[in-house]
Amino acid sequence: MRAPVSWLRELVEIPADQTGRDIAARLIRAGLEVETVETIGGGVTGALFVGRVVEIEELSEFKKSIRWCQVDVGAAGGGIRGIICGARNFVVDDIVVVALPGTVLPGGFKIVSRETYGHISDGMICSERELALSEEHDGIMVLPAGTPGADAGPIIGVGEEVLDISVTPDRGYALSLRGIARELAISYGAPFQDPGLTVADLRAPATNASPAQCGSEDFEACALFTLRTIVGFDPKAASPQWMKQRLTAGGMRPVSLAVDVTNYVMLELGQPLHAFDLDKLNGPVRAGWAESGSTLETLDHVTRNLTPDDLVILDDDGIIGLAGTMGGLDGEIDADTTNIAIEAAHFAPSVVARMGRRHQLSSEASRRFERGVDRTLAPYASARAAALLIEYGGGQYVGMTAVEAPHEPSVIKMPVSEPGAVAGLRIDAHVVVELLVAVGCEVLSSDDQLEVVAPPWRSDLTDPADLVEEVVRLVGYDLLPSTLPVSVAGHGLSKSQRLKRRIGMTLAARGSVEVLTYPFVSADELADLQLPLTDIRRSKVRLANPLSDQQPYLRASLLPGLLSAARRNLGRGMSGVHVFELGSVFQGENTGLAPRPSVLIRPRDDEWAALNELLPSQPAHLGVVLAGEREEAGWWGPAQPYGWQDAIQTALLIADVIGAVIRIEQGIDPVFHPGRCAEIKCAGVSIGAAGELHPRVIQAWALPARSSALELDLDQLIASAPDVRAAPAVSAHPVAKEDLAVVVADSVTVAAVTQALRAGAGELLESIRLFDLYRGPQVPAGHCSMAFALRFRAPDRTLSADETAAARQGAINRAAADCGAAIRGA
Amino acid sequence: MSGPNTSFDPKQVAVLSAEAITAMVATARAAVVAAADLAQLKEVRLAHLGDRSPLALANRDIGALPPAAKAEVGKRVGEARAAVKAALDSRQIELEQARDEFVLAEECVDVTLPAARSPLGARHPLTTVMERICDIFVAMGYDIAEGPEVEAEWVNFDALNVPPDHPARTMQDTFYVTSSESGVVLRTQTSPIQIRAMLDRQLPIYVVAPGRVYRTDELDATHTPVFHQVEGLAVDEGLTMGDLKGTLDHFAQEMFGPGIVTRLRPSYFPFTEPSAELDVQCFVCLGVSVDNPDVPCRTCGSEGWIEWGGCGMVNPRVLQAVGIDSSKYRGFAFGMGIERTLMFRNGVTDMRDMVEGDVRFSLAFGLES
Repeated sequence: MRAPVSWLRELVEIPADQTGRDIAARLIRAGLEVETVETIGGGVTGALFVGRVVEIEELSEFKKSIRWCQVDVGAAGGGIRGIICGARNFVVDDIVVVALPGTVLPGGFKIVSRETYGHISDGMICSERELALSEEHDGIMVLPAGTPGADAGPIIGVGEEVLDISVTPDRGYALSLRGIARELAISYGAPFQDPGLTVADLRAPATNASPAQCGSEDFEACALFTLRTIVGFDPKAASPQWMKQRLTAGGMRPVSLAVDVTNYVMLELGQPLHAFDLDKLNGPVRAGWAESGSTLETLDHVTRNLTPDDLVILDDDGIIGLAGTMGGLDGEIDADTTNIAIEAAHFAPSVVARMGRRHQLSSEASRRFERGVDRTLAPYASARAAALLIEYGGGQYVGMTAVEAPHEPSVIKMPVSEPGAVAGLRIDAHVVVELLVAVGCEVLSSDDQLEVVAPPWRSDLTDPADLVEEVVRLVGYDLLPSTLPVSVAGHGLSKSQRLKRRIGMTLAARGSVEVLTYPFVSADELADLQLPLTDIRRSKVRLANPLSDQQPYLRASLLPGLLSAARRNLGRGMSGVHVFELGSVFQGENTGLAPRPSVLIRPRDDEWAALNELLPSQPAHLGVVLAGEREEAGWWGPAQPYGWQDAIQTALLIADVIGAVIRIEQGIDPVFHPGRCAEIKCAGVSIGAAGELHPRVIQAWALPARSSALELDLDQLIASAPDVRAAPAVSAHPVAKEDLAVVVADSVTVAAVTQALRAGAGELLESIRLFDLYRGPQVPAGHCSMAFALRFRAPDRTLSADETAAARQGAINRAAADCGAAIRGA
Repeated sequence: MSGPNTSFDPKQVAVLSAEAITAMVATARAAVVAAADLAQLKEVRLAHLGDRSPLALANRDIGALPPAAKAEVGKRVGEARAAVKAALDSRQIELEQARDEFVLAEECVDVTLPAARSPLGARHPLTTVMERICDIFVAMGYDIAEGPEVEAEWVNFDALNVPPDHPARTMQDTFYVTSSESGVVLRTQTSPIQIRAMLDRQLPIYVVAPGRVYRTDELDATHTPVFHQVEGLAVDEGLTMGDLKGTLDHFAQEMFGPGIVTRLRPSYFPFTEPSAELDVQCFVCLGVSVDNPDVPCRTCGSEGWIEWGGCGMVNPRVLQAVGIDSSKYRGFAFGMGIERTLMFRNGVTDMRDMVEGDVRFSLAFGLES
C-alpha cells in the first residue's frame, strides 16, 4: 500500500515539522511495516518553473520536426527564454513545466544552455518521464493552469513523499489512506477527519428514472450489495490532475475518469468499487453462485472456468464479474459510456480468498476483501464515488438500491487488567479504555470486565487477545520490561541428539565435510541408482507442486544428493571428496487424506494417532560418499584413492563412537558393486550398506572409479547404543602373544574365521587381529591363508604356557569345525 | 713370578720407578688426547688400561717388591691408573657429545613440511549455529524438541490458527504432498513443533526446536526453498511479554555479545497475539552508523538494528486447539531463520553457498561457527 504524505495530511493533522521518515517511524511503532519512504521526483535538483508558451516556430530543415519556442517563465525565471523542443502536443499559451540551466534531472541529466538546431536552447520543457513522475513520454506535460515563474514542483507533485507499507493479513483497514491516517491520529493524538463518514450530498434529479436493481442470493457470502445509478455522464471528461497524481503516487495507472474515480475511492476508503455500463446490463445486478461449467472472460482477457464455489456478479444475461475479484469484459464501461451503475458490496473474505487461489488471481479488490473490508462502508464509498463522477464528468444522480443482511455486532469481554498482565507492565484501567476507544472500539462497560464492540473496519478484532495486542502495541512495545521466567528443570539433550552430535564431530574430525542437500529427487536419479521398483529407496512421497517437474520426489535415500554434491566438488577442482549428511529420508507412501480435527478442542488420542500414521516414515539416516583421492600425492609418496574399505571403516567407526555393535556381512545391494558391498547389521537387523558403488552408479554421476559410499538408518543404530557403558577389567598381568595362520576356501570371510577363532579361544583371548592375507603357490588353488595375531591375558594371574597353548588349540579347532580352516604349516 | 723376596733387585723392578710410571701416564694422556673419535678412544682405553697395558703389567710386578716398598709403589701405580681413567672418561664424554651433536644435526628436518595427509573435515555452519542456539536455551532449562518435515496440514496451519482460506496461508508458499487436498505438506515453518510439543509433553513446557523448513521459493542469492529455523516455546503459569523480551535479550547477548539488546515491533502472526517482529541491535556498529554517513555499517545497512525473527504471546486459540487452559497458562514463542542469522553474523553474502554443498564453504568453519 502506497500512501502519499500530503494525502495523509489532508485526513489527519500531522505536525508540520514531521518528515516522511518521522511519520514512517510512528507507523512502524504502531505495527505497520513501512518498507520505503520515497520522494517523487526525488532525482530533481534545482528549480522547475511554470512557463507559458508565447511563440512557436516550426523548424522543418531537420530530419525530424523540431520546434523553436519562446517560453515566458516569469521574472523569477528570467523572463522569456528560447527553448528547442521535439514534442508537438502543445500550442501557444499552453502552460508547461520548464527546467532552466543549472537544474539536474533524474539520472544526473544536467540542463545547460547550449546551441542545437541552430539556436541557443536556454532550458528544457519537461515530460513526465523526464521528471521520473511516470513512464509517460508521448509529449511534454501541459498543465491546466499556472502563473509563469511559479514553482512547478508542488503543482506536479514533485517533492511528494510516499510511504510504501507492507500490510499484514490482519490489517485490511491499512489498505486505505483512511486506515493509515487513523493510526497516525492515534500516534500523534491529532484530530482525524474520517472521510468515510462524510456522506456526499447527492440529490436525485426530478425525473421518473429509477435506479438499477440489485440483489444477493447468499447473505453469508455477500452480506451487503448496493448499486448507484448515474445517467448523462460525459465519457470524454478527463480526470483532474490532482487525482491522476495521487493515483500514480499510489501505484495505479490513470485510465479514464470513471475508472480513476473508483480506484481513487478504493485507495482513500479501502472499499473496492466496480463501475458498469448501465446500458449493457439487463435486469437486476446481483451476487450469486456460478453454475458448474459456466465461463467468464475477465478484464485480463483470460477465460475462467467457473464452479459452484465461485461467487459471481450476474444479470439476466449471465455472469458479468467475479465477485470482489475482477470484472468481466461484458458490461465494462468504455469510451462511449454515459450511464453508469456503481457496485459497492461486502463479500466474505474466505469466499474471495478461495476464488483467488483457485483462479490464481489477485487484484487490488481481492487483496482488500481477503483481509476484510469495513462491513458498513459500501454505501458511503459509492456515494463518494458518485459525487466525484458528477463533479468532474457531469451527469445526474438517479438513486441507489441496496440489499443487506441483518448484522449484530459481537461483544468481546476482557478483564481490564488483562493487557497489563500479559505485557508484564502496569497499564491503568483508564488507559486501556482510552486506547480501545482510540482505535474505534465502543467500550460498553468500564467495570473490571470490559465489554467491547470492535469498529466495523477491524474485522480482525474478535478475541480478548486481539484487544490485548491493540492496547500493548499502542502503549508501546519499547516499554516492555526485560524479565526472565523462573528457570525450569530441563533434561538436557536427548540420547539421540547427543549421539548425533558425537557422530558429526567424529566424522568431521576424520576429514569428512558435512553437507545439507536438498531432498528433491528425480525419477532419473532413482533409476541411475539402479534401484528396482520394489526397493524402499524408490521414493513414493511425491510433491503436488514441485519447484522442478524433473524432481517431484522426496528422497528415500541420502545418496542422490550426496553423489551430486560429490560430483559438484570434484567438478570444481577437488582431487578427492569425503562428504556426509545427517538427515531425514521419507519412506513409505502417503495415501488418503490427513484428518483435520477441530481446532476448538484438543484432538482425541485416536485422532492424533491417525493423523501421525498417515505421514510417511521419516527416519534419520547417515550417508557418506568418498570419491577420488583420500591422500593427495605429496612428499610422503603417491596419492591414495578412497575405496570400499574406507566406507566400511566409517560404519565401524561411528558404531564405536556411540558404543553400538554392528556386524559387517558380505551383502548384495543394487547401488553397490556386487562383490564389494557390506551389509551392516545391528541387533540382527539390516540397517544399511557400505562399500564400493556399482560402476553404473559411478558412471551415472561421472565420479572417479572405485568411489564408495555408506548409508545407514541412524535411528536404529542409536536405539541400539547402550545408555550406560560397562567398565572393562584392565589386567596388569603379562600378555601372551600367539600368531597362527589358517588356510580356508576363498568363500570364507575373515569375519567368519575371526568369529570362530574368538569363540574357540575362550575368555582368555584379549584381542585378535588379522595381519596377513596370502594367496599363491604356497596354498591350494581356491584357498587363501589368513594370519592372525592373538593376545591372551588373564585378569588375575600370569598365564602358563600350557594354558596359552590350550586356548590357541581351542581357537584352531573351532575354526576348523566352523570354517573348514586348516592350520598352516601343520 | 717369584715368591716373596728377601733380596731386592732394584733393576728387576725398574719399571715401577716413579719416572717410569709418570712416563706411562703421560703416554696414555697423549693417546687420549689424540683419539679423534669414540672408536679410537676405545682402543686407547684398551691399550692404556687394558689387561696388557703397561700400567696393568706394572701393577702385576708390585708383588715382586719387598714388603717395605709395596705400599708406596702400589699407591703410585693406583694413582697413575686413576689419572689415566679420568682422562679417558673425560674424553669419552667429550666425544659422545660431539657424536650426538653431529648425529642430531644430521637428523634435522624441515618442520614446515605439510604434515596433514588427511586434513580436518567440517560440520556445516548451519548445524553448529543451531547447536549453539540450542545450547544457550538448554542452559536456561529448555529441552530440544523435534518434529517431522513432512507434516499434516492440521499441525502446520489449522492448529496454529491459520484457517484454510486465511490469507496467512498464502504468506508462506507451501509445498503440498501428493495433492493440494491431501492435508499433508512440507512444513513451512518450525512452528508445528510447538503443536507437537504441547500435545506430547507435560506442562510447563520450555522447548527450543531447530529444523529444516520448506517454501516454494526459487533459489537465488537471498532465497532458498529449503532452509532452517529455530523455534522457541514456553508455556507456563504467569508468563508475560516481558519474560519473552528478557529471554530474547539474554539470547541476543549470548549470540552477539554482552550488552546487545533486542527490539520488538508490532506485527502479525496467526499463532501469536500480541505478535512482534524481533530486531537485534547491530553488534558490529552498535548503532553508531545511524545517520552517520562517515561510518557506514554493512552488517545493519546503517539501520542500527537487524531484522532477526518473529515472536509473540501464544494465541489462546492455539492453546485451545491443543487443550491447554488459557485462563491458567500463558505462552510465548519466537522463531528465526538460521540462514539469515549466519548471513549477518558470519558475513555470508550468498545463500547459495550454504546449500550447494561446496566443501570449501564448510571447511572454512571447521567444527565451530
